[in-house]
Amino acid sequence: MQAKPRWLSILDGVTAVIFAAAVAMVFFYAPEEAVMGMVQKVFYFHVSAGWVGMLGFLVAMIAGIIYLRTGDHKWDIAGLAAVEIGMVFALINIVSGSIWARPIWNTWWTWDPRLTTATIMELIYAAYLMLRAGIEDPDRRARFGAVYAIIGFISVPLTFLSIRIFRTIHPVVIGGEDPSAKGAFDMTPKMLQTFMFSLLAFSFVFADLFWHRVRLGQLADKVEQLRLKLIQ
Amino acid sequence: MPPKSILTPEKPAEMPALKRAKEPAPASRVEATRAASADRRASSFLRAMAAVLWKDLAAELRSREMISAMLVFALLVILIFNFALELDAQARANVTAGVLWVTFAFAGTLGLNRSMAIEKDRGCLDGLLLAPVDRSAIYFGKALGNLVFMLTVAAIVLPVYSLLYNINTLLPGLIGVVLLGSIGYVAVGTLLASMAVQARTRDILLPILLFPVAVPVVVAAVKASSGFLQAADMADIWPWINLLIAYDVIFVAVAYMVFDYVVEE
Repeated sequence: MQAKPRWLSILDGVTAVIFAAAVAMVFFYAPEEAVMGMVQKVFYFHVSAGWVGMLGFLVAMIAGIIYLRTGDHKWDIAGLAAVEIGMVFALINIVSGSIWARPIWNTWWTWDPRLTTATIMELIYAAYLMLRAGIEDPDRRARFGAVYAIIGFISVPLTFLSIRIFRTIHPVVIGGEDPSAKGAFDMTPKMLQTFMFSLLAFSFVFADLFWHRVRLGQLADKVEQLRLKLIQ
Repeated sequence: MPPKSILTPEKPAEMPALKRAKEPAPASRVEATRAASADRRASSFLRAMAAVLWKDLAAELRSREMISAMLVFALLVILIFNFALELDAQARANVTAGVLWVTFAFAGTLGLNRSMAIEKDRGCLDGLLLAPVDRSAIYFGKALGNLVFMLTVAAIVLPVYSLLYNINTLLPGLIGVVLLGSIGYVAVGTLLASMAVQARTRDILLPILLFPVAVPVVVAAVKASSGFLQAADMADIWPWINLLIAYDVIFVAVAYMVFDYVVEE
């Protein structure tokens, strides 16, 4: 059993502090939005979770490409870890968006481009996990996982584009001014600082979870090898 | 029952590694040999691709298993839609494109699954992989075969739909969209089917893998088809056609790049 690396413990602590600070900033530092009120505060973690979800899927694609080129098993572990974390945060993104949409759009759900794309993205990576579950041979599982992570990530922007050609009501807070978007607002400097800090906090959470998950994958591999040795 | 695999490459492909090992030749001759060997490689690629395609078509012509199943299935789907959606004259104008593409997508999945399953069942895939040809030639051969089957189904479903529902579906624009949409669907479908057949849960896996990835192609195809059926302005249809072309190009290229890893043993 390999000991937990010291840097990982340090990262745990740093992440916890930064995350607590981000929560405090959201509730006590950022001003309340004039029109939407308290519910607007969902925005900070909603966008941050979406960012971590996309980051996870991007990392999975990059790990897939590197795995196919090198055949090094650790990139397969990294790819799976990134997909699992990405799925959880993409789900947080969707759920927190729903909570915000209920009072602002007056509905939990609407078939808007971003919402639809986010859902299809979740389905793609659910299919990724099912594909992996259906294959016993570890090499083949890793290769197929890598191929599907690449294909899935390429299709996401196309999906977004394909539904974007319809009109959207999702607000675009950063860049772009769409008059049909409902619930848009301008950020004050304090809001922007809180938002940026939330992004940073979630990035730390991603790095920390990713490290833990990769380490878990390596340990699981070791257990599997020991088990095989026992059987022989 | 005819044998499923009748692929016998007339001539084994050149071994580039052996050629390269020869002593260095003068620059001009190196150029000439390189051009000639590139030529030969291209023609051997096309021959291998045509052989795989021909094998699939010949097997299908003799057994007619896949086309008949896809066709009956497609007609059943249209029949079910008829009752599920109450396809009266008003509803038809709006949903025809959707009904057609759902039908093509479902029938296409059936064909894709079957076309890879027959390769896997009797070890034909291993035989194909042993052939000294470029692996991507096998991919393109299979994909072209699947495209032919899907277009055949479309070629029968479209006039039948016209006949049953009194809507003219034989428009040049719509046929072009069917071609573009089928290319994209088959390009990514052939790749995913060759992964799905190697999994334990192969029969149920292909639609789960394929549908979320194929969403852009289905959305764009439905929108473009609906535009042509309702005689919309070409300016409204072009974005969808462009999206279809972009999807086709991207996914044919990606499938070409990764197919080697999917069939590697």
